[in-house]
Amino acid sequence: MLLLLAAARPAAAQEPVHVFRGATLYPISGPPVANGVLVVRGGKIAAVGAADAVTIPAGATVHDVSGKVILPGLVDTHSHVGGGEGGDRSAPLHPAVRILDTLDPQDDGIKRARAGGITTVNVMPGSGHLMSGQTAYLKLRNGRVVTDLLLCRDVLREVCGGMKMANGTNSRREPPFPGTRAKSAALVRERFVAAQNHRDKLRRAGGDASKAPARDLELEALAEVLDGRRQVHFHTHRADDILTAIRLGQEFGFKPVLHHVSEAWKVADQIAAAGVPSSIILLDAPGGKLETAEIRLSNGAALEKAGAAVAFHTDDGITDSRWFLRMAAMAVRAGMSRDAALDALTLAGARMLGLQERVGSLQAGKDADFIVLSGDPLSVYTHVEQTWVEGARVYDRANPAERALAVGGYGVYRGGEMHTAEGEWEDAQ
Amino acid sequence: MNRTQTITQRAIAPALLGLPVLALAGLAFTTPAAAQLAVRGETVYTMAGAPIRDGVVLLRDGKIERVGPAAQVGVPSGYRVLTAKVVTPGLVDAHSVVGLAGLLNQPHEQDQRDATDALQPELRAFDAYNPREELVGWLRGFGITTVHTGHGPGALVSGQTMVVKTTGENVGEALVDSATMLAFTLGRSVGANYRTPGTRAKGMAMLRTALLKAQDYARKQNGPAAQRPARDLELETLAKVLDGRMPALVTAHEATDILAALRLAQEFKLRLVLDGASEAYLVIPELRAAGVPVILHPTMIRPTGEAQNASLETARTLRAAGIPVALQSGYEGYVPKTRVVLFEAALAAANGLSFEDALRAVTLDAARVIGQERRVGSLEPGKDGDLALFDGDPFEYTTHVCAVVIGGAVVSEECR
Repeated sequence: MLLLLAAARPAAAQEPVHVFRGATLYPISGPPVANGVLVVRGGKIAAVGAADAVTIPAGATVHDVSGKVILPGLVDTHSHVGGGEGGDRSAPLHPAVRILDTLDPQDDGIKRARAGGITTVNVMPGSGHLMSGQTAYLKLRNGRVVTDLLLCRDVLREVCGGMKMANGTNSRREPPFPGTRAKSAALVRERFVAAQNHRDKLRRAGGDASKAPARDLELEALAEVLDGRRQVHFHTHRADDILTAIRLGQEFGFKPVLHHVSEAWKVADQIAAAGVPSSIILLDAPGGKLETAEIRLSNGAALEKAGAAVAFHTDDGITDSRWFLRMAAMAVRAGMSRDAALDALTLAGARMLGLQERVGSLQAGKDADFIVLSGDPLSVYTHVEQTWVEGARVYDRANPAERALAVGGYGVYRGGEMHTAEGEWEDAQ
Repeated sequence: MNRTQTITQRAIAPALLGLPVLALAGLAFTTPAAAQLAVRGETVYTMAGAPIRDGVVLLRDGKIERVGPAAQVGVPSGYRVLTAKVVTPGLVDAHSVVGLAGLLNQPHEQDQRDATDALQPELRAFDAYNPREELVGWLRGFGITTVHTGHGPGALVSGQTMVVKTTGENVGEALVDSATMLAFTLGRSVGANYRTPGTRAKGMAMLRTALLKAQDYARKQNGPAAQRPARDLELETLAKVLDGRMPALVTAHEATDILAALRLAQEFKLRLVLDGASEAYLVIPELRAAGVPVILHPTMIRPTGEAQNASLETARTLRAAGIPVALQSGYEGYVPKTRVVLFEAALAAANGLSFEDALRAVTLDAARVIGQERRVGSLEPGKDGDLALFDGDPFEYTTHVCAVVIGGAVVSEECR
């Protein structure tokens, strides 16, 4: 049984303390805890464990959640909520483009995601480019402006997301876009070689500004990839394209997170051997485009069996953020273990974003991001009742206006065509 | 594909020879080689009475022979026995485009809507149906045995629909009803697909003009021989809608468009079946007054465009108002290329529709709305031997469909 006591720091007197007791806790970092207690102090988890092992602090607001289930807030490793944009049609690679410059915190998708229990999201530009731009890691706090939601604190100095790449058919277009797969790989390699040269010049210049090359936003962003400070998120479907993505990473010294990975079941052993994680999506039917003709619901099971890391993503609006939990259930239906499927909604995704020290599990010291469910996480009849981010409730099904975000109805969503126009879908998936 | 047996139908020849299409409707499936089958379930949902605990369904020569508690219905010798936790009728998808809209989403296999003209009632579904299409097998694997498919939404009149079983190597083997409904669409989506109509009001005017012309055509066809007009496929089909032989399946999502559909049906005395109907909850009194059944949008429809105001609770709302409601997989323009009506019913059941009402919406109520309740949709003697076998609550995502029976033949035995 778990017993993870609060970090031994004196609590500031004004920090609110919330205690949730009676629920079955799924810490993810350990086995489920029946009749558990979760203590939240300020924005952090202070303690988590069995009822007889956790002391309830005096003065805490106690929430009786008997019969409920508490999971860490879900981590969506690939989404298009927020209405963000990436590169344009002027070039196939846009490493300097930041989606964070275009995100709308009031977007419908962000509200639907909270209703679906998602608390951390990697929002990405589309896949219609070899490199469509820099992604943004968000916390779905109730924010007014984009910086309220970003995980990074300093937009000007920190790396605030990953780098979106794609291969296969979506990025094949009229020039200047590539017309073949080999050309696609060559264009990517050229830019990474240029980034290596730029980095080497900087190193040779040492601290001498007069010898340093001129600043180049694109090469600087690529250098962050080379240095391992910016994670590549690589859209790829077909088995050969999956291996190409891995090969490019090996040449330039980065480990991509593979995304979609529709034919993972064909090359699961190679993916595992390369030590490369996969962020996958499960669809209610194959097809809709050539590259997903052979996608399988058993991809999660195949990768798990091969020993490869697996997380899920919504690719919202390909699948709706409101039913992200369903992805795990469908994976279990197709042979994945229950533990791995729940991990793939939470901690596995946190690792793929480099955020595993902050989110993805119920552990003392981590961000107080969690969801209260009405029942078993894999049951269709279960509803997300509450979503909490950093100790603040951002969704409450008991509030009719917020419940409507889960259920829909007249005037609930602003709608709009942006994420659903077919061209955009093509970019998305 | 795991089809172990095929259903044969000997009487497809008339359709291929151009004989009257309606003659095909109602032809019986025959399974001369099928072994007799007994299906025993811990719970059997017959949809014709209360669920039976420890029930048995006997299938003989492709049809249901007997249904009842195991204590009362013995299994005759020579019957193969299948067992399951839960047994339901084979599921009925009340509206799809599978078989016309292919999995790859490439132009050569997208036959659900022709772009040359917004109004083409003469297009027949069975001229385009591909029973070997992978998505047909995909649905079958999840227990769907009957599908109302054909021309899709997006045109004023895109063409005709049909009812098939999800089996067969050619269209004749799959056919249950060759000309089921005529598919209309009202709403903004039509204007985006055609040069004209460019507005919804223009679309209504075009439809009314065409129906008036068809009324005139039908009148003259029934008049003196010397004055009969030359045969016109378009008007001939519209005449079938006007005289009630073929219901008008009208896809309309916004309340404005739903009301327009009711107005059109009233003016021309159409047998209206409303489809999509995202905002149906805004016009409940009107729907009740008109006595119109609704083939509701997939529960998981994306809340954008014309479906922006869709609600997960509409199935429940309609049912509570006494409006007949069936669920559909619908049309998908991208990924995933089809939905699965089992999962759409599951989410409706999780959002206020009772378990049995949700099951009805994809079995007996779906069969009724497509006019096939005498053959499919419930487990009753004399009906087609179509069943789905589950290893748990059919609506739970983690439950599997472990066998599918069509016309008394076991067509799938892989747990999915």
